[in-house]
Amino acid sequence: MTAEHPEKLLSPVLSAGWDDDRPWTLETYRRRDGYQGLGAALRMDPDALIALVKDAGLRGRGGAGFPTGMKWQFIPQGDGKPHYLVVNADESEPGTCKDIPLLFANPHSLIEGMVIASYAIRCSHAFIYLRGETVPVLRRLHAAVAEAYAAGYLGQDILGSGFDLDITVHAGAGAYICGEETALLDSLEGRRGQPRLRPPFPAIAGLYACPTVVNNVESIASVPSILHRGKDWFRSMGSEKSPGFTLYSLSGHVANPGQYEAPLGVTLRQLLDISGGVRPGHRLKFWTPGGSSTPMFTDQHLDVPLDYEGVAAAGSMLGTKALQIFDETTCVVRAVTRWTEFYAHESCGKCTPCREGTYWLVQLLRGIEAGQGRPGDLDKLNDIADNINGKSFCALGDGAASPIFSSLQYFREEYEQHLTEGRCPFDPAAATVWADGRSRGGSAASIHQTAQEKEVHA
Amino acid sequence: MTTEESAAPTLLGLPEMPASVYPAAVRARLDPDAQELIERYPQSRSALLPLLHLVQAEEGFVSRTGIRYCAEQLGLTTAEVTAVATFYTMYRRRPAGEYHVGVCTNTLCAVLGGDQIFAELQQHLGIGNNETTEDGTVSLEHIECNAACDYAPVVMVNWEFFDDQTPESAKQLVDELRSGRGGEVRPTRGARLCSFKETARILAGFPDQRPGAVDESGAGGAPSLAGLRLARGETLPGPAGGTRVVAPRRNPPLDSSPADAANPAATPSAHDAEPPAQTAAADPAHPAGPVNGASHQGQEDDQEGAAE
Repeated sequence: MTAEHPEKLLSPVLSAGWDDDRPWTLETYRRRDGYQGLGAALRMDPDALIALVKDAGLRGRGGAGFPTGMKWQFIPQGDGKPHYLVVNADESEPGTCKDIPLLFANPHSLIEGMVIASYAIRCSHAFIYLRGETVPVLRRLHAAVAEAYAAGYLGQDILGSGFDLDITVHAGAGAYICGEETALLDSLEGRRGQPRLRPPFPAIAGLYACPTVVNNVESIASVPSILHRGKDWFRSMGSEKSPGFTLYSLSGHVANPGQYEAPLGVTLRQLLDISGGVRPGHRLKFWTPGGSSTPMFTDQHLDVPLDYEGVAAAGSMLGTKALQIFDETTCVVRAVTRWTEFYAHESCGKCTPCREGTYWLVQLLRGIEAGQGRPGDLDKLNDIADNINGKSFCALGDGAASPIFSSLQYFREEYEQHLTEGRCPFDPAAATVWADGRSRGGSAASIHQTAQEKEVHA
Repeated sequence: MTTEESAAPTLLGLPEMPASVYPAAVRARLDPDAQELIERYPQSRSALLPLLHLVQAEEGFVSRTGIRYCAEQLGLTTAEVTAVATFYTMYRRRPAGEYHVGVCTNTLCAVLGGDQIFAELQQHLGIGNNETTEDGTVSLEHIECNAACDYAPVVMVNWEFFDDQTPESAKQLVDELRSGRGGEVRPTRGARLCSFKETARILAGFPDQRPGAVDESGAGGAPSLAGLRLARGETLPGPAGGTRVVAPRRNPPLDSSPADAANPAATPSAHDAEPPAQTAAADPAHPAGPVNGASHQGQEDDQEGAAE
């Protein structure tokens, strides 16, 4: 009786070639029309190219959903200053796991998009700021950039167009805050990663105080397909205000976690239906639509369209489409406590409300989780979160407040139960992957070659 | 003040003596690398993070000597470099193990078993968070989300991915690392392990020179390919068509396949097209509220909090 046909619901574009033979190589990428979009772009006037991306309606895939073409258009032209493109590959938002698999499987889609974007904004030096904790991706980015230089897609006079571009791959060193665009720019300038006050926005004064576009990996990697297949094709997917396809990352208590690329606006119910649902024998309790910084949802929200407007209308944010699923074995207080510890650890310390507030939230939450909470603690939690939210330079503080507000909204009784019983009523063992006697994967250390690798090396 | 001579004089109120410099031979080797890194950027200071990775590749941690080296390369003070080096968690402040084992204990991995893995590894190795085994092979740390949630619980060794771990597989992994055969251990995603110092050199920006390293371990495991396989009409593993824990929609889905490309304006948004369906029916067998069971202890690990 399945109403859902995965073939119709899903729309692999970025992920379409991931099971090809060595999809990270230039050769394989070319076989899938790789660098065709670049050829089309270089035949266009840069302003027309910006207009095309704007008309296609591509919106930022890093969380905020700002129209990509508009970001490019904000770069002042003819100002005599160097312009920069910086790709934000500092994927660190808890739950978010789309850019890393994308870059691991197909780094050339990013590089092609970067050349197109750089041509549009008249930039001759672009950067990839990759979080340092993902060496396998760094390895493939190094190799892909070298391949692109050798093939004439980077360097001087790209494809005979007269356009020059260099790309520098830059590895970060461990700091969630560097995913915030102005902190990322400070970090790329060799400083502590602390956010800047805006305005001025990076489009006016970004890297080295020059006009700079900062885009997410997935946003830029989506550009070549728009050039190659057209804006009408792109707009045929998704909704009027949220057109196109995107990577939804399903994780947690589900039968088949993973990357599901679909038109914007699918629902969690549809994704669970086609992918095998919540793990057998359990029920959905709460989930995040786009990482831990987006207010959590419950089973009331299974039919919220997962696009920018739909999720916002339901009181959260689409964010990074990181769908973290937790079933009824999970203690929401434990989950929120751990996220809050994360925010406290990652607060850069620049703004007092965030630095001090996250610290005190952790103290309160640890007490409540351990059953040592006191009457009034819940109101105090709410009050501290309210004093962080919207009162710092960047969105880290807002993100820290989100799980507090939303969990108190939907699960206040569960907090109260911790207070009245003086203990946590959950057994963490029941929430593990192996609790029901079956492990999903279990990848033991292996010193043997896999069959696939033997083929590669043969 | 005492006239008595002390073996370790107390330099009250005096600043620490300047760090020593690298021996000439080391500098001769590092200088061309440092120069190459600096030349990659329009402004030299941008090379500071790569240079810190480079000195970490030399010593296995960022020493005061390494900080002085970075400062001299970039015309900065050691205070300026120290301020940066101490901001980022990947720079180690003291000598540590050849293999850096990081267990993700952010919420999702923790709930799915990361907490148990971390606890059992500490017990198995006899060390705590941020400590190193006596033989100098393994350092253990709990880490934050590493962008691999679809492979949870995740363990990183020298920042290569070991996916879908269990306490047993993680213990077996560290045993391999300590057996002297660490260089043969293969991550789920990534290349055969190299030492922490060699990893730091890649991070500094010098590509892995080992033949075949880029190609090792394929393009990703089952989670990376899950959606693609479904879209191709293949079925995913597990109880196919089994327990449906999500109630079916009342209405047929919107067909948003690219076939609509001919008339994009006619493609309405999914949420314009249909009202929300009913939420999942209550299932008394699996209540969404708390279950009875032993209370779990608050995490006893030393999450540093904002105070650090």
